[in-house]
Amino acid sequence: MLTIKNLHAELEEEGKKILKGVDLVLEPGKVHAIMGPNGSGKSTLSYILAGREGYEVTEGSAELAGADLLDMEPEERAAAGLFLAFQYPVEIPGVGNMTFLRTAVNAQRKSRGEEELSAGDFLKEVRAKAKTLKIDADMLKRPVNVGFSGGEKKRNEILQMAMLEPKMCILDETDSGLDVDAMKLVSEGVNALRDGKRSFLVITHYQRLLDHIKPDVVHIMADGRIIKTGGPELALEVEHNGYADILAEEGI
Amino acid sequence: MGRAETLKALRADAAAARLAGLSLPQGAAWANAARQGALALVGAMGLPTKRDEYWKYTDPATLTAGEAPQAALFTPDERPVFDGVDRLRIVFVDGVFDPEMSDDMTGENLEIERLSTAMAKDIHWAKDLYGRLETEGHDPVERPLAALNSAFATDGVVIRATGKVRRPVNVSYLHRAMHSDAILHHVIRVEKGADLTFLENGPAAARLSKVMEVDVADGGAFHHVRTQGRDHERRAVTGSYARLGEGSTYKSFTLTVNGRLTRNETIIHLTGDEAVAHVAGACVGDGKDFHHDDTVFITHDAVACESRQVFKKVLRNGATGVFQGKILVKPGAQKTDGYQISQSLLLDDDSQFLAKPELEIYADDVACSHGSTSGAIDDTALFYLRSRGLPEKQATDLLTLAFLAEALAEIEDERLVDDLRGRLESWLKRHR
Ligand SMILES: Nc1ncnc2c1ncn2[C@@H]1O[C@H](COP(=O)(O)OP(=O)(O)O)[C@@H](O)[C@H]1O
Ligand SMILES: [Mg+2]
Repeated sequence: MLTIKNLHAELEEEGKKILKGVDLVLEPGKVHAIMGPNGSGKSTLSYILAGREGYEVTEGSAELAGADLLDMEPEERAAAGLFLAFQYPVEIPGVGNMTFLRTAVNAQRKSRGEEELSAGDFLKEVRAKAKTLKIDADMLKRPVNVGFSGGEKKRNEILQMAMLEPKMCILDETDSGLDVDAMKLVSEGVNALRDGKRSFLVITHYQRLLDHIKPDVVHIMADGRIIKTGGPELALEVEHNGYADILAEEGI
Repeated sequence: MGRAETLKALRADAAAARLAGLSLPQGAAWANAARQGALALVGAMGLPTKRDEYWKYTDPATLTAGEAPQAALFTPDERPVFDGVDRLRIVFVDGVFDPEMSDDMTGENLEIERLSTAMAKDIHWAKDLYGRLETEGHDPVERPLAALNSAFATDGVVIRATGKVRRPVNVSYLHRAMHSDAILHHVIRVEKGADLTFLENGPAAARLSKVMEVDVADGGAFHHVRTQGRDHERRAVTGSYARLGEGSTYKSFTLTVNGRLTRNETIIHLTGDEAVAHVAGACVGDGKDFHHDDTVFITHDAVACESRQVFKKVLRNGATGVFQGKILVKPGAQKTDGYQISQSLLLDDDSQFLAKPELEIYADDVACSHGSTSGAIDDTALFYLRSRGLPEKQATDLLTLAFLAEALAEIEDERLVDDLRGRLESWLKRHR
């Protein structure tokens, strides 16, 4: 599903190198987790995959189901099935959440040559999905993420993901700022989308989330590279011992 | 010559050029006196030049020129604004009343006359208002173009609302001649507790000078929504002069799309306690030939009044937007609640927004705030929308409409809000 090869990237303006050769292969239906200290480049990797401006890829490649991701506009990547749940979801005053969702769903359908969802069908679907995430009617009416609590913002990201039904979901610290109940809601939302074909890249600091969303593979990222890859037990090791031992082992 | 004398001479020259081709319309004695008085004011003040402080962002040369510069005619492909509203429609073509196209001018709690009819009558209530509110509005800033209008206005409507007027009154201004030069003047009186909605739409002429004097008595309410047509080359200078009685309301919204030069002045005098004035505007302009100026002056002269100014401009390809807005709180105007925001969204580096927000406060128990910003589309928001699959242009339009939303929200009628938003959306699509 997602194949990243030797990806190097730097900040366009300052020329600061952030990604220094990331390799990752994620098969359809699999859940991979990326853990790593703050500042190791996890969010940068997710932004570069989603197509945010401001970074220059100096080497390497990234493909989604065989298509060159780095050659596409952000909206083309979305239409191709990529979704990024932001670490910091963006507030957009003046744009209603519902309008935003419907516009996004229909824009993607249109670019894939599919028919737009009727207003009635859309409403039915959104209400049902919002309900399971405990997102009330008021939150749907309000401007996108404006005045939402941290937890509400994250649940709103998952609602978007549920509506857009992407093939490849990247979750950037979706668990940060969530209390135990919200974490359960979000995990259930994610698990409901696991269908054996859809892939997930879950960026997190904590083992906690991985208790709910069970990963097949865990990667440790540090200083712009994936320095270690293992099974779910790797997350437990980090939980108990922190990153120090692993970093030392790899000579960082 | 010193600077002051030079300016005076320039103003006198401008007045002489403009007055050359004009003659005072004749009417009843009071009307003639009002026009003479206005003409005398113009004589004393001259007409503005771009050397005037109050016109430093907007060059009035084409507004004071002897002849109206030509403006190409424009045939809109959209349904006329307010078509879906059950309303009493009055039509002016190039500044001249058109009885054929206008509805019968009667309605419950409503008196309407053509300006010339009212001004021919020896006794008329408009005598106490015509040119009066306009003249009061010269304190402390001279407004000679408005005085010129009062002297020479040839047409307009005189409206009196005596109770709740159910059907809005809609004045439509059609532009059919390339060189038309219209001088229109409306006088509106909203009696105690009465309620009137006044809708205006259309470009009016190649060049329009319009003054509207509105007197809202105690407890009265005046609602105003205006759109200024889509003609690219038209020019307009408009002045809305309002006096608000105790507990009265004045709410006005203007949508400006295109037009080479627009100067919309609003001068409001809050004279009764607890009066409320909201003035808002949204404008979108594309190209170097677009120049839009909102100039607002609100005077708080009573206790516990509220005023609100919300102006938003979307500018691209070298367009210019101007905002001069002032809140003056007179001594004794305690518990004043004044709010003013003016913002522009610059869709490229060529466009400019010139703003002069001002507060002048002579009372101590007041809450006044103002803010003015100028900025581009928020990159982070744009990326967020695109990452959800919205093409860049669609995402930009959505954020642009979101920017304008605060001004549109000042219109109370939701259907009108939706209608105007739809028109703005179409404009944005055409101007991508
Ligand atoms: N726009 C930016 N400007 C300056 N520094 C940045 C920017 N984006 C990322 N960085 C830097 O790049 C490094 C990686 O950041 P990030 O990808 O956010 O890490 P993580 O998500 O793993 O905490 C950090 O040192 C961060 O300060
Ligand atoms: Mg991060």
